[in-house]
Amino acid sequence: MRAALLMLVFCLAAQAQDLRKSGTEYMSESTRAMQRDDMQNPAMLWVAGGETLWNTKAGKSGKSCASCHGDAKQAMRGAAARYPAFDKGAGRVLNLGQRINQCRTGAQQAPAFRHESEELLGLEAYIALQSRGMPLAPPADAQTRASAARGEKLFNARIGQLNLSCAHCHNDNAGKSLAGAPIPQGHAAAYPIYRLEWQGMGSLQRRLRNCMSGVRAEVPPLGAQDLVDLESWLALRAQGMPLESPGVRP
Amino acid sequence: MARALVHMPANARKGEIIEIRALIAHPMETGYRPGADGRPLPQDLIRQFSCSYNGERVFAAELHPAVSANPYIVFYTIATESGTLEFSWQGDKGFAQTERMPITVSG
Repeated sequence: MRAALLMLVFCLAAQAQDLRKSGTEYMSESTRAMQRDDMQNPAMLWVAGGETLWNTKAGKSGKSCASCHGDAKQAMRGAAARYPAFDKGAGRVLNLGQRINQCRTGAQQAPAFRHESEELLGLEAYIALQSRGMPLAPPADAQTRASAARGEKLFNARIGQLNLSCAHCHNDNAGKSLAGAPIPQGHAAAYPIYRLEWQGMGSLQRRLRNCMSGVRAEVPPLGAQDLVDLESWLALRAQGMPLESPGVRP
Repeated sequence: MARALVHMPANARKGEIIEIRALIAHPMETGYRPGADGRPLPQDLIRQFSCSYNGERVFAAELHPAVSANPYIVFYTIATESGTLEFSWQGDKGFAQTERMPITVSG
């Protein structure tokens, strides 16, 4: 009995120790309201575009996403919460956008969408919306975990003229301010996001490149394996946190 | 074809004040921002928004460079009779978009 009580106390303590905070907790109430209310959230424009694309036939195959996958509401439920993931066909770890393009060039025999294009962000946002509220669940296979391990190294490595790592801000100084803007813990659970500063939609890779140029480091090109590895690590770091996509950020 | 989202109640009582929210995808390029080549990007704005209720104009707005991209406009009107609300946006480069929403008024 006593042991059981102790166990209970330990479990409660373990739960209370999750000090991870979503980026929304650092935002102003008006920005939070913008994300909460689908009628205000500008990302819903991209979602609407993505939904149209989902049902539009493309490429030599004459197939739409729906031709194979059916209704996204069922077929894509939980999908976005599992990426990045190792893809057998590609032989490497892919993020959600790359996985979409895999279908484009493979099954649909259509040209791949450009990085950060309206189309790709739209489809990503539409697919991510189907997993909203679900916990991030990165796959535990060896390749994805290896990618996350590489990402963790990158996360902790000093880069750029400012000689800072991601961890210096987002682990050690989260909650403090950087030039008046709050530093979040950096949990990537709301991508793709509508960022007010961008006046538009962007992927996690765009955001990562943003930080990298901020510390005046060499910025890897969109789609680079380093960026995917970082994404894998961030997914593992935020494991269990609810997906908020499509998010709004200041 | 630009994407626009209009949210309003489909049903209302006669005399009820209804809230209408209109969101449209548009870059609202100010004309003051340099592009990648250093030269200013050409101005590209929505200039006018209007809403007519069964042909009668009930709301209109002029938009300017300080308005954000993807303008979001909220306004109110009184539900008078069943019919259609027509929303139209007009702007530079011949930009024109029209959306229609039906409303059923009871009582």
